[in-house]
Amino acid sequence: MLEASAPVRGFADAGADLSLVNVSKRFPGFTAVDDLSLEIPAGSFFALLGPSGCGKTTTLRLVAGLEEPTAGSILIGGKDVTLAKSHQRPVNTVFQSYALFPHMSIMENVAFGLRRRRIDNADTLAREALDLVELAHLAHRKPSQLSGGQQQRVALARAVVNRPALLLLDEPLGALDLKLRRQMQLELKEIQSEVGLTFLHVTHDQEEAMTMADTVAVMNQGRIEQMGAPVELYELPKTAFVATFLGQSNLFTGKVGNSTSDTMTISAAGVGITVPLSRAHVHRGTVTVGIRPEKVALHRHKPADGNRTVLGPGRVLDASFSGVSTQYLVAVPGYADVTVFSQNTSESDSARNGDEVYVSWSPDHAFGLSDHPVGDSGKFAADTDTGSLAVAERERLEAELEES
Amino acid sequence: MAFGAFQSNASTAAQPSGALVTQRKSPIALLLLLPGVLYLILFFLTPLLSLVLTSFQAPVPGGFAGDYETAFQWQNYTVVLETYWPHISRSFVYALLATVFALMIGYPIAYVIGVKLREYPLWQALALVLVIAPFFISFLLRTIAWKQIFADEGILMSALKGLQVIPPDAYFTGTPAAVIFGLTYNFIPFMTLPIYTSLEKLDLRYLEAGGDLYAHPATVFWKITIPLSLPGILSGTLLTFIPAAGDYINASRDFLGSTDTQMIGNVIEANFLILQNFPAAAALSLLLMAAILVLVTAYVKRSGTDELL
Repeated sequence: MLEASAPVRGFADAGADLSLVNVSKRFPGFTAVDDLSLEIPAGSFFALLGPSGCGKTTTLRLVAGLEEPTAGSILIGGKDVTLAKSHQRPVNTVFQSYALFPHMSIMENVAFGLRRRRIDNADTLAREALDLVELAHLAHRKPSQLSGGQQQRVALARAVVNRPALLLLDEPLGALDLKLRRQMQLELKEIQSEVGLTFLHVTHDQEEAMTMADTVAVMNQGRIEQMGAPVELYELPKTAFVATFLGQSNLFTGKVGNSTSDTMTISAAGVGITVPLSRAHVHRGTVTVGIRPEKVALHRHKPADGNRTVLGPGRVLDASFSGVSTQYLVAVPGYADVTVFSQNTSESDSARNGDEVYVSWSPDHAFGLSDHPVGDSGKFAADTDTGSLAVAERERLEAELEES
Repeated sequence: MAFGAFQSNASTAAQPSGALVTQRKSPIALLLLLPGVLYLILFFLTPLLSLVLTSFQAPVPGGFAGDYETAFQWQNYTVVLETYWPHISRSFVYALLATVFALMIGYPIAYVIGVKLREYPLWQALALVLVIAPFFISFLLRTIAWKQIFADEGILMSALKGLQVIPPDAYFTGTPAAVIFGLTYNFIPFMTLPIYTSLEKLDLRYLEAGGDLYAHPATVFWKITIPLSLPGILSGTLLTFIPAAGDYINASRDFLGSTDTQMIGNVIEANFLILQNFPAAAALSLLLMAAILVLVTAYVKRSGTDELL
């Protein structure tokens, strides 16, 4: 047969490196991906994390060959594929919408890629892939007869069965409920280690990115803000966007006052906030310092420990109980409101709305950012997608019309 | 209906299943069906019945031409089958060819309008208007216009003869090709619009997924686009084939045809209006209906569109 001369054409033995070199993608009116360079080593689980409209899906589509970059080049396993069409790339995608062919059975869907490459034992391989996602018993059904979670697993099997050098996942778990999502996250991770592929996972769910990926890149407005291991990103965020998008942060901006050989102190409203130099990206001028809410402790009385940074007295604005912890919002005069996550252990103080409290933390947990928060809503990036700009413009015009 | 079902469910919460059953048999539903049923009885069943009766009539002995009496002369059918067998087969061959050509022309048009022009709603609307535009002029006038264009001394033929592309004694009107051309031309909108409706709903993400799964664009077209637009292709081909098989304008001597291109429609027309052989005309009409019914049923079964979505 054909395969005798072409030994399992296109089957990758292992994952391949992916490199993006100065890739840009401009659409009329806005830039989706802005001079992006990225290096994903073979066999790793890489997550692109960002809010909607940050360019992460466009990046994925560029890698899949569904969009052409305006500038830059894309290399898979060292081979330049910038000009290759999607069907020529050793890449498979699990689409956000799954995109299972509605007129084919589950089996035909899974075998589709194998048949296109004229692989001998397509049926056996497809069945094995369905076994992997535990759906072999539904092989003869049509996609519309399956639940969302099952369809998602079929989409995964349809991509994985081809043993691509690189597997792209476009928010494939977005449509699932929390419990199913957790289960699928575990399964995905298991499949990844089992088959040893390179995974590029695009998501806006920071928890998903952190639990699954070896390396996370936080993307905002077409650029990568910071890239690294999840722990590193969380403990030492580089920018205000990362500090607020990946978990929550209390941010304080002030001028650098006195500094020692290994720490510096910024003064914000008369109180000094100390941060180790090794944990700060900027060492002079105006600096924004952050602290994670779970690193902040709540006290009834001013703590005596001189090594801790203490703010207060402040007033509890809001206390919301969420089982393992309680989230407090404390108004401290001269500062923004401080968020505190307090574990509900037996010894911790509990406070109620209106109580007068002090907050404190160890300076070792503080971090210095390289930029400053923009506006009040640092948690969300400005939505500069053309669609939303048009909507905003229309709303503005309608409001004007109503006024007149 | 949906609102009604909801209401009765709410009011008779004690027996919701009973409420649904009575809803089905509600007199209002039957009342709403009445105009449609009456229409069908009046304008479909009555003529059909009259046609069936006529087809078995026998000539009045010693009567004038056109005088017939009720009888059970089933031989009418075998006679017309023997006499007009060439016309019947010609009709289906012409209709089939016209359907194939209309599909070959209509599908690309529908694809461009339904898929390629999606991002340009204005152009899409304009292109749709252009597809429908021929309907603003009468079917007869358009066919006559083509007769003028293709006339032996007409602008097209004389130009081609002048350029010596075709011999000086060549002609086009009156040939089977002219009839098939006319049929194709007249039914292109009926082919294009249903296919457009199917393609307009086509989710392009399926095509992307096909490309992602190593399918060449041509394979994506055959394996994904065509099967997903099959309902449109099915209704388009039916809307073309059925009326084309019974058409009596294009093949008529007064339009694009000649005595050699007569289709079953022309024969029925001649028998009804000129020869006044009403039983033969009725028998032919019923045979045409039956043949189309059989062909269409086989075609719909074969295409298996009921499995789609």
